[in-house]
Amino acid sequence: MKNLPADSITGASPTAVDFRYYRDPEIFEAEQRHIYAGPTWSYLGLEAELPNPGDFIASIIGAVPVVLTRGPQGALHGWVNRCAHKGAMVCRRQRGNAKDGSFVCVYHQWAYDAEGNLAGAPFQRGVRGQGGYAADFDRAEHGLQKVRVASLSGMVFGTLSDSAPPLESFLGEVMCANVRRVLNRPIRILGYARQMMAGNWKLYSENSRDSYHGGLLHLFYPTFGIYRPSQDSQGEIDTNGFHSLFSVFKSSTAIDYKNFSSEANREMKGAATLQDARVIQYKPDIADNVALSIQSLFPSVVLQQIQNTLAARQVIARAVDQTELIWTYFGYADDDAEMTRHRIRNLNLVGPAGYISMEDGEAVELCQNGTAGSDGARSYVAMGNEGGILLHVAPLGMDENNVRGFWKGYFELMRGWDQVNARP
Amino acid sequence: MPDLDHIRRAVNVLNTEYAHCIDDDELERWPDFFTEDCEYQIIGRENVEAGLPAAIMFCDSRGMLIDRVVALRKANVYPEHVSRHLVGHCRITEVKGDLIRSEANYVVFQTRLDGETRIFNAGKYVDEIVSSGETPKFRRRSCIYDTHRIQTLLVTPI
Repeated sequence: MKNLPADSITGASPTAVDFRYYRDPEIFEAEQRHIYAGPTWSYLGLEAELPNPGDFIASIIGAVPVVLTRGPQGALHGWVNRCAHKGAMVCRRQRGNAKDGSFVCVYHQWAYDAEGNLAGAPFQRGVRGQGGYAADFDRAEHGLQKVRVASLSGMVFGTLSDSAPPLESFLGEVMCANVRRVLNRPIRILGYARQMMAGNWKLYSENSRDSYHGGLLHLFYPTFGIYRPSQDSQGEIDTNGFHSLFSVFKSSTAIDYKNFSSEANREMKGAATLQDARVIQYKPDIADNVALSIQSLFPSVVLQQIQNTLAARQVIARAVDQTELIWTYFGYADDDAEMTRHRIRNLNLVGPAGYISMEDGEAVELCQNGTAGSDGARSYVAMGNEGGILLHVAPLGMDENNVRGFWKGYFELMRGWDQVNARP
Repeated sequence: MPDLDHIRRAVNVLNTEYAHCIDDDELERWPDFFTEDCEYQIIGRENVEAGLPAAIMFCDSRGMLIDRVVALRKANVYPEHVSRHLVGHCRITEVKGDLIRSEANYVVFQTRLDGETRIFNAGKYVDEIVSSGETPKFRRRSCIYDTHRIQTLLVTPI
């Protein structure tokens, strides 16, 4: 056995994964407990979506509906969107402002404050001595389930677990530094797009950690002869393997993609010319040398900077074979009208209709469909596995290091799920 | 006083020709429905109602429309499909010289290789049409969609 390099992370490096992990409803159920309700932080939203006291947004942790609110003093609060009375959803809107700061369940009008405390239940003492709750009914015991929330530079996460480490420990220094880098100044929300993929959430999680597919599946750049291979690039993961960060640095030399076409199975010459190249124009707007970053934060979000597109992609596992992506696009608050328009034009590259991202939806569905009836068959994610899982790989594209990191982290959290489920 | 019936007829014909062009997969002709300095976008109703500008497709020149078609033909990978547009009668909201503002509801059905036909996108066209030339052309066309959840991906224009 080889000695591991100094910067590799310890533990097995999974190079093959049973396709059952994409398809088994029992595993999907176990993920709710081990992953989403486990010691992890799920993305809830951006602070810029709820700037004012009383503002709220509906979000989700795994399958659990969650509401993120801004209280009267400006603090962020989170609670499970499930009335303590009958389990009804209290908040029925995607976003808004609770004018009087209260959230009232429509069913029996139980009212909660922004923190999720029960403020009142109608007829608590009955009417003229009839009905009502017992004299010792304590409102403090009938509030909404609280969610721990934490914000990093305005990116808000929540956890259902008391044992989750502090957010910044969970993310690790490298990941925190990039979140701060992208959210380096106040942002402005530009809008949303939603995309439903008929595939397991982990297929998308792998996809956003897979630098191997970039120039092979997404042929927009090579077709228009504008692809620059990412020579000046790197991939990083945190010490658990959960999170992935791809960075491409501003290149001083443009490299002709033709050199690579003999390595690929499909035609890759510049077959066409863009009529309007403004769509790919890049105007440096972060004061460093990073031209692109794709950061996947386990288990539920991708933070991206691609050209001048900035977005958080929330990855929601709706069912074992249904994954929703919610793209929240933003710019900086100090953008002028022309810069905003430029970002909107750049958005043609990403999102559900994105020139260099739409194929991911198709790839996820092809894998979901192709693994039907796979009965013990496994994937093969062994590219560039010399020396185990590395904290840092450069350049990008010839390895599946961060995919293996994801599986290592995933399996550590899922350890024992099958025993838990074992039937007598 | 413009002849509204005449304008309605002309816009309905334009909308019909436009829909057939896409549904018959003659996308290379699609940019011809627009002026050179056109603006075409596909944007979620939730963004429009919140005053947010992000669209999933945004082209502010005819060149960008041509690029979309070339990318679809040569670069992008997507599930093979055909589209079927049903476009409602237009509603003329303003006529000012050569400029017509018009709206029309639409539904796009999509059929993939499995043979099932699904509602892919429902929404409303909000248009600015220039009628000065030989044939009327779109100066602006916004496809404002209700169907927030794009199934898999969107590649074919609406």
